[in-house]
Amino acid sequence: MNFQGRVFRFGDDINTDLIIPAPYLNTSDPEELAKHCMEGIDQDFSTKVKRGDVIVAGKNFGCGSSREHAPVAIKATGVSCVIAKSFARIFYRNAFNTGLPIVEAPEAVDGVKDGDEVEVDISGGKVKNLTRGTVFTIKPVPPFMQELLESGGLINYMMKKARNRR
Amino acid sequence: MGMTITERILAAHAGLKTVAPGELVEVKVDLVLANDITAPLALKEFRKAGAKKVFDRDKVVLVPDHFAPNKDVPSAEQCRMLREFAQEQGISHYFEVGEMGIEHALLPEQGLVLPGDVVVGADSHTCTYGALGAFATGVGSTDAAAAMISGMAWFKVPKTIKFVYRGKLQPWVGGKDLILYTIKDIKVDGASYKAMEFSGEAIETLPMADRFSMCNMAIEGGGKNGIIVPDRITEEYVKGRAKRSYQFYMSDSAAHYCETREYDVSRIEPQVAFPFLPENCKGVSEVGNIPIDQAVIGSCTNGRIEDLRIAAHVLKGRKVAPYVRLIIIPATQEVYRQAMREGLFEVFLDAKAVISTPTCGPCLGGYMGVLAKGEKAIATTNRNFVGRMGHKESEVYLSNPAVAAASAVLGRIGSPKELGL
Repeated sequence: MNFQGRVFRFGDDINTDLIIPAPYLNTSDPEELAKHCMEGIDQDFSTKVKRGDVIVAGKNFGCGSSREHAPVAIKATGVSCVIAKSFARIFYRNAFNTGLPIVEAPEAVDGVKDGDEVEVDISGGKVKNLTRGTVFTIKPVPPFMQELLESGGLINYMMKKARNRR
Repeated sequence: MGMTITERILAAHAGLKTVAPGELVEVKVDLVLANDITAPLALKEFRKAGAKKVFDRDKVVLVPDHFAPNKDVPSAEQCRMLREFAQEQGISHYFEVGEMGIEHALLPEQGLVLPGDVVVGADSHTCTYGALGAFATGVGSTDAAAAMISGMAWFKVPKTIKFVYRGKLQPWVGGKDLILYTIKDIKVDGASYKAMEFSGEAIETLPMADRFSMCNMAIEGGGKNGIIVPDRITEEYVKGRAKRSYQFYMSDSAAHYCETREYDVSRIEPQVAFPFLPENCKGVSEVGNIPIDQAVIGSCTNGRIEDLRIAAHVLKGRKVAPYVRLIIIPATQEVYRQAMREGLFEVFLDAKAVISTPTCGPCLGGYMGVLAKGEKAIATTNRNFVGRMGHKESEVYLSNPAVAAASAVLGRIGSPKELGL
């Protein structure tokens, strides 16, 4: 899995209320949620972000509530991947379950700035900063988890497996 | 090999003699919970998976509490999804508005969660039930859907941090203050992926309501679960409520902890968490002059009858300061009735507070008391993130019910001591 896009850089402890403020949780429609993604910290995020762009953040990304609407909203904006120094536990699981690629890579986070162009190679385990010409090694996502992500999340993945067994 | 209570419960539910931190285990769940925010997504996944029936209609709990009674049309649609699913599946524990409550106050009160259980809930504050000596943790909607279908969940057995609280509590200090103080110490990701086991002589005498408040906010330290070894106080709480058998698990004396932290509670005063993280705590005497526009007493953290009694004690014969709104939200219908019986509503109404039906409402900026731009609130809730209770430029300060009530009277953040109490 390979992604390329512009970096939107955020700080530490980006909580789920910043990612998708609770007043918008009266729907679970991904497109509707995407309109308000990151609104708590960057009002215009949803209009600025382009398909393939990458969110890069500090430690404890996704802390706070268990709302799965957070990874759903991020994915629906077209963001290809989130790179952070660390992720909060529930968000980590929710991201894979909903098919949003995430990468834990502290060095890569320190090596990119807002607006940089990066290439993320999840299979090969590399983050390339195309703007600065630097490369960071990341722990590759194992093949079954890549397949889970490519299927669009846990339920789709399970159903695909079930179909293949038949 | 010694095991902690968390390890013991997970081992028992995985059908194993022992488990160790880091091990992946598949466990039977005793209860799966979802609410009007998280269930719609879970039900979507449930359908997508082609599932026809929940694994056990007595073990799936649906509580419309976040935006219920319906705050707007989309919320009404979400609540309807729960209601229709509950009817279709014959869910035993679906709580309509007239019998509902904030889930994490309601489930223990109704005896649905018991010591020794494994509970997964599509709500981060599911960790509250650890106060009963259960393993309970928040999950996303997809994981909740999978558990509704299979009755199983997988976990990495967490390492445990042991927190030991020694000494005697100061007046007006409760479980909320202990947990805020602890989060201040370890920070909001200090217990990431870990179990937080609360122990020590101050916990041994701590009432259930305070224990619930403590375990409720384990997630605010990043914890996977908060837990207290059950004892006489736990037994006293569950014996009249339980409708099935339950088991007390203990931590072995030879159990391994990745870290132990000790606190002398006699040095802890009521805590106030400043915006915009629960770790930004100060003792109430160090707060300075912070005028408030609103005070909220309620939530899954502090909306129990004990919390309302404390608020009433502070408010009795006093009035809320001019231009300040005090909103009191009993956490369940039972709490509501009990407060009414005890005459607490008279005290609240005389003080010029409003009393709401049970709802999570303002805690997450939903309704029933959202803040305008620049407004400040003190709340007995659990999160003070940017925009949590309304406008992005509003501020939430977290405290216990005594401090929230005193602040409503003072018109600024302050302690009951300032009222001569």
